[in-house]
Amino acid sequence: MAYMTLKDIDVRYDKKKQVLKGLNLEVKEGELVSLLGPSGCGKTTTLRVVAGFIEPESGVFSLDGEDLTKIPVHKRNFGIVFQSYALFPHLNVYDNVAFGLKMRKLDKQQIDQKVKNILEVCGLSEFEKRFPQQMSGGQRQRVALARALVIEPKLLLLDEPLSNLDAKLRINMRMEIKRIQKKLGITTLFVTHDQEECFSISDKVAVMNQGVIEQFDTPENIYQRPETEFVARFIGFENFLTLNREGNVYKTQAGTVFTVESDRNGDSLAGTIRPEDIRIAGESEDRNVLTGTVGVRTFLGKSYQYEVLTAEGKFLVSRPAEEVYEEGSTIRLYLPESKLILVNK
Amino acid sequence: MRKNKMLTVFAVLVFGFLILPLIIITVTAFGKGSAITFPIESFSVKWFVKVFTTKSFRISFLTSLEIAMLATVIALLVGIPAAYALARSGLKGKNLIKSVFLSPTIVPGIVIGFVLYQFLVLTLRVPVFMGLLAGHFMVTLPYVIRVVGSSLEQFDFSTEEAAWSLGCGKLRAFFRVVLPNITSGISAAFMLAFINSFNNIPVSMFLSGPGVSTFPATLMNYIEYNYDPTVSAVSVLLMAVTVLMMVIVDKTLGIAALAK
Repeated sequence: MAYMTLKDIDVRYDKKKQVLKGLNLEVKEGELVSLLGPSGCGKTTTLRVVAGFIEPESGVFSLDGEDLTKIPVHKRNFGIVFQSYALFPHLNVYDNVAFGLKMRKLDKQQIDQKVKNILEVCGLSEFEKRFPQQMSGGQRQRVALARALVIEPKLLLLDEPLSNLDAKLRINMRMEIKRIQKKLGITTLFVTHDQEECFSISDKVAVMNQGVIEQFDTPENIYQRPETEFVARFIGFENFLTLNREGNVYKTQAGTVFTVESDRNGDSLAGTIRPEDIRIAGESEDRNVLTGTVGVRTFLGKSYQYEVLTAEGKFLVSRPAEEVYEEGSTIRLYLPESKLILVNK
Repeated sequence: MRKNKMLTVFAVLVFGFLILPLIIITVTAFGKGSAITFPIESFSVKWFVKVFTTKSFRISFLTSLEIAMLATVIALLVGIPAAYALARSGLKGKNLIKSVFLSPTIVPGIVIGFVLYQFLVLTLRVPVFMGLLAGHFMVTLPYVIRVVGSSLEQFDFSTEEAAWSLGCGKLRAFFRVVLPNITSGISAAFMLAFINSFNNIPVSMFLSGPGVSTFPATLMNYIEYNYDPTVSAVSVLLMAVTVLMMVIVDKTLGIAALAK
């Protein structure tokens, strides 16, 4: 049974540009779900609809069986962490965190107990009296998280919370967020454009494109089995070739024959493969083979990346640094049938 | 090095040009003779005493303080919500509205004075004090919208959204989160508006009426018939109030707050 449901959500800005087009999403209780996509795909808009900052033109948002579409933000009881943290500059850490509890008119002792407790969970006990301007990005981030969590929200919403932190801190913080989220068992929506961040933290990922969810699945499935060309491109499948089904095999326009392990329905299919999954064909292989000329070579440290020009277009191929191919030489590429994934175009 | 010397010379010249007249006026205010002379022959504060013992000056000084205070407070009450609305809304004609609000700073004061005279005094026959107050409100409002507006531009509105999400209604969030973070802008707006109202001549000249006049307007009238050091003394008092305000701004926020 879904805990949080978005059903046929339409959002339009200025009556013209449609940002969300009949978006559907179901999240189970206690899950951490990421909304992943390029900028402008509508992921932040989706979060703002859930938060209550935007009222959708049509569609229903419900939580735990209750329709909340028209309930104003301050009555929803959701915790939100903003990209800019949005701490109250005129209040110290303690008062920032206590703000939501004061709004709920709890008595002083209860407030004190809850604030101290959450500060402890977030590792902030020693910073009670500090003001936001006196803290580092990572500490502010934790204050924002504590402030959102202390009200015991029914839903936690995170809007690119890690994008203002440096790389190392980002990895620590996402582990921290996951730890706290699991500990409190709170249903969470997480907006990000960073796929590594998203895969590492999420139970499920919704990849968004132009106002709709292209694929909603576990991180593993998204990474290994993208369903559409857009998803594949977004998560690093660089090579695409149009394939037509002929019996048990697939053929390209030029007539090269491919076999593929996975299956997919649909009229317009493409095969896709990551640069690092392409191998060099041996003498015996005759299927799933493309012949091409080596073009630009780029050194990536552990490997070289080559542009290979084939009859099916340009292919990006990664090969270990020990294996070197000169520009202009001819190579035969082998696309293993377990790694060649079918997607809808 | 030579360049620096030249710069110093220019700076001294410019400051001298700006400040010397003020110093001369201040000095003449303390003269004993009944004509304005410089340098003065002997020291006396009798002209200051005369200002405060002359009924028209005393009353107009209080009127000016009262008008400046009331006009500024009303301008803040109207201007802060207006500035907030302009900063927050995605209204289409936003820039046009902004320009309209700021137009009194661009349109010559004498035009505003005349228009208000025509409209408030001749057509509507508004009581003199009310007319003056309305005129000064118009003069001060743009400063409030401008200064508070720039303060709001630096305010991160997601902070306000955060307050909403924590269970704070919109009105309460405005008072508890937005206002405390734009206090420096509000104080700066207060000072600027107050000073501008207190020193304003063109609008006051048109709207002053029998028995009600502002301090600078009374001074203008006085100069027409008299030319004794009382004029200097009044000028010094005007400067003193302005300088006092500036000192308060500087002590509380720093002069830079006005330049924002």
